[in-house]
Amino acid sequence: MARKDGVTLFREDGTRLDGRRPDEMRPIRMEVGVLENADGSAMVEFGRTKVLAAVYGPREPVQKYIAIPDKAVLRVRYHMAPFSTSERKSPAPSRREVELSKVIREALEPVVLTDQFPRTAIDVFIEVLQADGGTRTTGLTAASLALADAGIPMRALVGGVAVGKIQDKLVLDIDEFEDNYAEADMPVGAAPDIGLVTLFQINGVMTREEVMKGLDMALEAINKIVEMEKEVLKSKYVKAEV
Amino acid sequence: MSMTPFRVPVVPTLKKETFMSLYRKGTRLDERDLFTPRKVEIETGVIDKAEGSALVKLGNTKVLAGVKIEVGTPFRDTPNQGVLTVHAEFVPLASPVFEPGPPDENAIELARVVDRSLREVGVVDLESLVIREGEKVWIVWVDLYVIDHDGNLFDASMLAAMAALKTARLPDYEEYETGEIEVLRDKSQGPLKLNHTVVTVTTAKVGEYIIVDPTLDEETISDSRMVVAVDEQGRIVGLQKVGEAGYTREEVEKVLNISLGAAKVYFKSLEEALARKG
Repeated sequence: MARKDGVTLFREDGTRLDGRRPDEMRPIRMEVGVLENADGSAMVEFGRTKVLAAVYGPREPVQKYIAIPDKAVLRVRYHMAPFSTSERKSPAPSRREVELSKVIREALEPVVLTDQFPRTAIDVFIEVLQADGGTRTTGLTAASLALADAGIPMRALVGGVAVGKIQDKLVLDIDEFEDNYAEADMPVGAAPDIGLVTLFQINGVMTREEVMKGLDMALEAINKIVEMEKEVLKSKYVKAEV
Repeated sequence: MSMTPFRVPVVPTLKKETFMSLYRKGTRLDERDLFTPRKVEIETGVIDKAEGSALVKLGNTKVLAGVKIEVGTPFRDTPNQGVLTVHAEFVPLASPVFEPGPPDENAIELARVVDRSLREVGVVDLESLVIREGEKVWIVWVDLYVIDHDGNLFDASMLAAMAALKTARLPDYEEYETGEIEVLRDKSQGPLKLNHTVVTVTTAKVGEYIIVDPTLDEETISDSRMVVAVDEQGRIVGLQKVGEAGYTREEVEKVLNISLGAAKVYFKSLEEALARKG
């Protein structure tokens, strides 16, 4: 099962190098209310990928001219810590981070009820603490939790996961090593409760059939991710009552 | 930091009902059907000093692409490959909403989507761009210059990049005993080696309708857009959802089908323009 360059991404029994089945996600950990100052916060881990998100607002925007008369302005920053990668990443925002901030904001816009807070800003800050693949989808999941934790009204929760195509097979939740050798990487974000795909990208080569099959794999996984989000949010309040 | 756009033109919003009532009848303000792109005009070789260039008109949208080829050092992890770099500038003369300054998130996103669509399938044969392995390679710069914005900058930019690359010529060079390399721009080693042809198809979602190649007014009233990159074999070689709304699974499937169909129109325009060039 080796590739032309000798790299093998599957073991003899069809499982992946870390022992996962093709449709298995890495172990997921979620926690909300992890920061004191923020109005809402969350830490989400997919395997070795660790992402922290914080929400401030609705609050008066610092630059008044950005205020929108009939809704809140949503501001999102996706940023990677300098120590999150193998080689130090410069803390200055890269072109990739600029693009991903936009893609994540556009994945949150359909669910945040911004029209309830005219002329305000809702700020979402996402810090990737350790990057091992799937940071944008983990960041989106953390942002969804942090928004809910801040009490921001939302139509639905969102979650995200990436599907990869490696050695012609579709696999769920690819990690960095798999991504380095992948033919395609397809990050998906969705709000299952309202049936919408809100983040969708493909980097690589796929047929139409593979795209739809991969999308279904991702949507099934996102259902589970969002159910986990709900449990984590609920358990915070169960604990608070004691 | 990415922000909800706050300078949205008001007039198109007022036109939304008119647009929607036309879509209901299967037509549009410019009398196109929902799935046909605007008229494409491609002129290549418009900038003599560039190694390749093309001016693309997609309706009233105009994008100029210039390819410059320079000598540089390869990336450490790919010593046996040249380098491809795509940049986009939304120059202020193109639209009342473009401001002078460094590229904003829209320009960066456009450049990165075009870059990935070219890169992932290997449009430019990077291995043919090595002068001395690990030391000297050709760097291919694709600069996209948006000069008139009437919507769908993605498709116009991709066509311009593709036409400019297809007509680009690799300069000759002379290697001195010191190891230095002088580029001889008035001589050429022949055309740049390409392995594939890629176009993007942008659709906008307006209510329950999916329309191909939105004008600026249509983009403004649309809920969201999807950019699908397609190669000559009909494979999907890139995709980006752009905009503030979401898609149902069924809408995604519909978008893919429409995009694969509309891609053929763009491929034909490219082919005709390049055949004219001889």
